[in-house]
Parts: sequence; structure tokens; C-alpha cells
Amino acid sequence: MTKPGVDLTPYLRQEMMPTVWCPGCGHGIIARGIATALMSLGLDMDQVAVVGGIGCSGRAPFYFEANAMHTTHGRALAYATGLKMVNPGLTVIVPMGDGDSMAIGGNHLIHAARRNIDITAVIFNNSIYGMTGGQAAPTSPLDSRSTTSPMGSIEPAFDTVELALAAGATYVARTTTFDFQEMPQLIAGAIRHHGFSVVEVLSQCPTYYGRLNKLGEAPDMLLYERDRTKLLEAFGPLPEITREEMVGKLPIGLFRDEERPEYVDQYHGLVARAGGGKHAS
Amino acid sequence: MRLVQGNEAVALAAVHAGCNFYSGYPITPATEIMEMMARQMPKTGGVFVQMEDEIGSIAAAIGAAWGGAKAMTATSGPGFSLMQENIGYACMTQTPVVVVDSQRGGPSTGLPTLPAQGEVMQARYGTHGDHEVIVLTAASVVEAYRMTVEAFNLSETYRVPAILLLDAVLSHMRENVEFPDVPVRERLKPVIDENFLPFGADAPFLPFGSGHHTVVTGMSHDETGLPKALAGQAVQRILKGVQARMERDAREITFYHELALDDADIVLLTYGITARAAREAVQLLRADGIKAGLLDLQTLWPFPDWLVQEKTRQAKAVLVPELNLGQYVMPVRAALAGRCPVQPLGRCDGELFTPEALADAAKALASSVEIGGVAHD
Repeated sequence: MTKPGVDLTPYLRQEMMPTVWCPGCGHGIIARGIATALMSLGLDMDQVAVVGGIGCSGRAPFYFEANAMHTTHGRALAYATGLKMVNPGLTVIVPMGDGDSMAIGGNHLIHAARRNIDITAVIFNNSIYGMTGGQAAPTSPLDSRSTTSPMGSIEPAFDTVELALAAGATYVARTTTFDFQEMPQLIAGAIRHHGFSVVEVLSQCPTYYGRLNKLGEAPDMLLYERDRTKLLEAFGPLPEITREEMVGKLPIGLFRDEERPEYVDQYHGLVARAGGGKHAS
Repeated sequence: MRLVQGNEAVALAAVHAGCNFYSGYPITPATEIMEMMARQMPKTGGVFVQMEDEIGSIAAAIGAAWGGAKAMTATSGPGFSLMQENIGYACMTQTPVVVVDSQRGGPSTGLPTLPAQGEVMQARYGTHGDHEVIVLTAASVVEAYRMTVEAFNLSETYRVPAILLLDAVLSHMRENVEFPDVPVRERLKPVIDENFLPFGADAPFLPFGSGHHTVVTGMSHDETGLPKALAGQAVQRILKGVQARMERDAREITFYHELALDDADIVLLTYGITARAAREAVQLLRADGIKAGLLDLQTLWPFPDWLVQEKTRQAKAVLVPELNLGQYVMPVRAALAGRCPVQPLGRCDGELFTPEALADAAKALASSVEIGGVAHD
């Protein structure tokens, strides 16, 4: 989507560069994907809020030239819910780590999805806790190595997409940092979507996940991402996908894009019925 | 005059104070505040949201504040414990937000329908790290109303979380009241130019979408909001600034009542619901020839050491009755630094003190310090 020479600097907070992310980390690719999506939508950055949690992904809000909130671990969606409800004109984007979204903040994710509030959650899934030095995450694959699963994880990983679909998110996509052509388009689609959107981006952590699981350097890990995923379209209609088929071939693409009453709209309807006049903004 | 419940008074006061965002999670004995706000917010054009837990409730309230709202949440002990981390976030990010904690017996699930004052220390020190908060309390329905409005006012002025401590009895009791017209402090709008510092000393709170791309973080940061190098020194400067402003204005922040203190040998120092019995206890003691007086605090934190010292200057002993096993007695003792005996009187059985029980304890204290003789410690 972005071609070499495209200037993203108006969307990035120059005074916070360089990022804290390690060389080869995929999170910068995702941040670029979000910036590219924002540019493609032509959004006024004064009306964009980026609300993050804690961990490597939690630093993402610092890097956008927008209203930025770096909240507590796992709670970004709850903060974003309050923010969006009182100021619905804001485009609210929530970068989340796999710990933020699937472990400590799992409750807020499913309830944001259930409410269908117009917020875009971008899940930076690198299969490990990077900021604390390589511990197992709820997204670490079975048998994978981490500092807290040195003999291999005995826990199955959460399927973020399945969870988001089941909880009621109305726009659900998965992509990877390898698939950089599609990623900004999926994120732009999520931001445009009027409802709760989840875009999971599989990201590489060469520093911890790659090293502990002998997956090589960042370029090797990008190829690993390519090889462990398969375009959703290649599976045929959704109901035919079995769990067995998904092993080693994680489907990527747009899983759901549908309309359902959005939460802030619903609330405004309630205010109108209560005779409360214009909703505070 | 109308018959109003304590929790109802809090909700009505919040609306009067300009509260236009409420998030919460049901919990006894605070639930009626939430039920009232569920009716009041849509009617007044504000936002009400029932969150998935108390962590989400305080987080949504802080998020709403940054969206431009005057925000409140209410809970009781178990929920208040869950909120602590994010109360610290409001401290670190200088976010105005009001938290009501209707105290019930604890720890843990405790006595959900019975009163306690077990969160006096938690309200001040519950979140990790050094921070300032304002903690108010009340002894009557009308006072709950007044202190709710003041909680919003003080939270706006000093950009700290303001915590209102109620208890199960005050939350649920009804009194005939006429609400006072408590002035509401409006939020100031800062001038935004290239020199604007969102976390500068005395900088008014500027929500998102106002033209300045503020960075809000719970990490140590400087006055720009950015977590830059030497952030440790910067955040110390910011936190000391908050502390200094609150010390400077201690007399405006401190609300209290006093009764018969001028010649009092024995001072009952109370807060919250206990003041009701203490007022009667002072009459009983005076009738028995004991010069007793009452200092009843509505502002618990920042601790008004100057006031406690001033009002007990003539005292030979101080009695601190609390619905806990001895919390607020600690700063009182520290403030008086051995000048006279400070006697705790605690209970955590879900019962209130009777005037007679307070008078008896005061009499015992009076005889132990040999009123009329030399005070000892």
C-alpha cells in the first residue's frame, strides 16, 4: 500500500524516535501499517486517539502524532470505552499486546466486542512477553519455548480470531508483518468499520521468541510467518475449516465484516428516549 | 424538604457538580448510586456505562475524563481494592476523577451490608508509589451531598483523584434534607500555544481533541507528558508540585466541624458516621462535669496536622473512635508527637458506637490522665 518515498512523518511523533523496539522487531512494521492506514483515510490527527496498554505494543501510542494514552496493563479498552463514549467524534485505535488482549485484559476485550463499541483493536501478537524478557503468553503455541516454559509450553494457545468472533466483534481480521501489502488495508477497513474491530497481526520477536525457539533472525521469522499461515480464501467457505486443517496453516484474511447496532449509537438512542437532549461530547 | 437516601444524595450532588460520566459495577452498599446514575445520566445528556468489573469502571472513568467529562465511579471495599492500580494512574496522569467508596465490613467479602471505616488508610495509600489524593467523608445525608460536590471541585482544582468515603449506614439511611447550593468550580481552559505544558505547574486539565496532541502515560514523564530521559527527576518535580499546592491551600481543602473545644480537656476526634454519636457523647460528658469537645473531620487526607494541633492545644487527652481497629489514630498520634495521650477506640463488628459507649471510653480516659492533674503519656 505504501510505496517507497511515501512520507508518513506527519503521522509519526518525531520527538519519540527512535522507538524502544529491538532491531528486527515486527512492531515497527505494524506501527507503519497503522500510520499508512491513517494516511489512506485522510483522518485529522487531532481527532485520533491511540490508547495502548503495557508491554512492547503498549509503547505504540507514543509514536503517533495524535492524542495518545499509555494506560495500565490490559485496561486500554476500558479506558478507550470511556473516552469514546464522551467524545464519539474521536477515532479510537487501541494497540494491544497478546498479554494485554488475551491474558490480563481478556475480560475487557470480550465485553468491548459484546457491546460493539466503535473502537479498533490492533493486536500485536508476537507469541511471547517481550518487555519482561521472553515469558510464555496465552498466545504461545503448544510446545513452544519461553523463559517460563523452558521445556516447552503445555498450554494450548488462544485463537484470537475465534475469541473475537465468538464475543461479537463485527470486524475481525488476521494478518502478519510479512503480509505488508494487506495489513494496512485491513487496518484501514477496521478503522472505517462502524463497530468493534479486531485486527490481529502476527509479529516477530527475534530477540526472545526467535532465539528461544531457534527460528533464526528477523528475515527468517518473516518467512516462518509466511509458512505457518494460509490465506483464508484458500480454505474454502468458513464452516469447512477444521481445527486439524488449521494446525501449521493458520488462516489469515478478513473473517467478518458485518453491521450490528453500535454501542454509542445505542446509547444516544437511549438519551433521546430519556429526553436528555444532545449527548455530551 | 425531602426524604433522601445517602446514596441518592451522592448521585444528585454529582449531577449538580456537572458530572456527565458514570461507570460502575454493582456492589453493596454502593449500588443505589449506580442505579440513580443510570436514570440521571441519560436525562441530563451524560453517559452511563455498566462496566464488566471495577477495574474497567475506574479505567473508563479516567478515559472519559480525558474525553472531556467530569467523571465518577462508586464502589465498596472489594471493588475499591480492585481500583487501586488505576487510581494510581489518575494520580500519575493528574486526571480529575471522583471515586466513592461506601465502606462495609472487611477484609474480603466481610460484612456486605454493615458499616465500617476500614479503608481510611487504603484511600490514602492504597495504590503503589508516592502520590497525593484528597479523601473526604460525611456523617449525614446533607453532608454527603456537600462533600460530593466538593470532591468534584477539589479534584478539578488539584488534578488528583478525590475519594469520598461513606459507610453502609450513611449510604442507606434516609433523612429529611434541604440541599444547600454548593458552588461548583468550572474547569478552566488553558491557552494553547507552543509553550503549553499539559503537565506544567498549575496547568488546567486539557482533554483530548482540544488542539494539543497530549501524551498521557503512567510512566514517569516530564511536564510535556513525554517519558523522556531523567524522567525520575521530572516526575519527582511534578509530584512535589502537587503536594506543595495542596499544602499551600490546606485551609481551603480542610472541612471540619467542632463542638465545645474551647475549654475541652478531652477531645473526641471523629470522622464519618461516628460524629453523630460523638456529638451526643459530648453533651453526656458535659452533663457529668467532664469538659469534653469534638473535632469532626470531613477532610481526612491530606492529613490536617495543623488543625489537629490547633484544636487540641488545650486538651489533656484525645480519643479517636473508629470503625476499624486503629487506623486514623496513627497520624493523629504522629501530629501530637507525645504532647498528650491519644487513645484509640476501635471496633470492626459491623456495629456503630453508641453515645454512651463513647462517653464511657472518654470517662475512662479522663480518669487515666487524672483530669485536673498532670498529663502523662
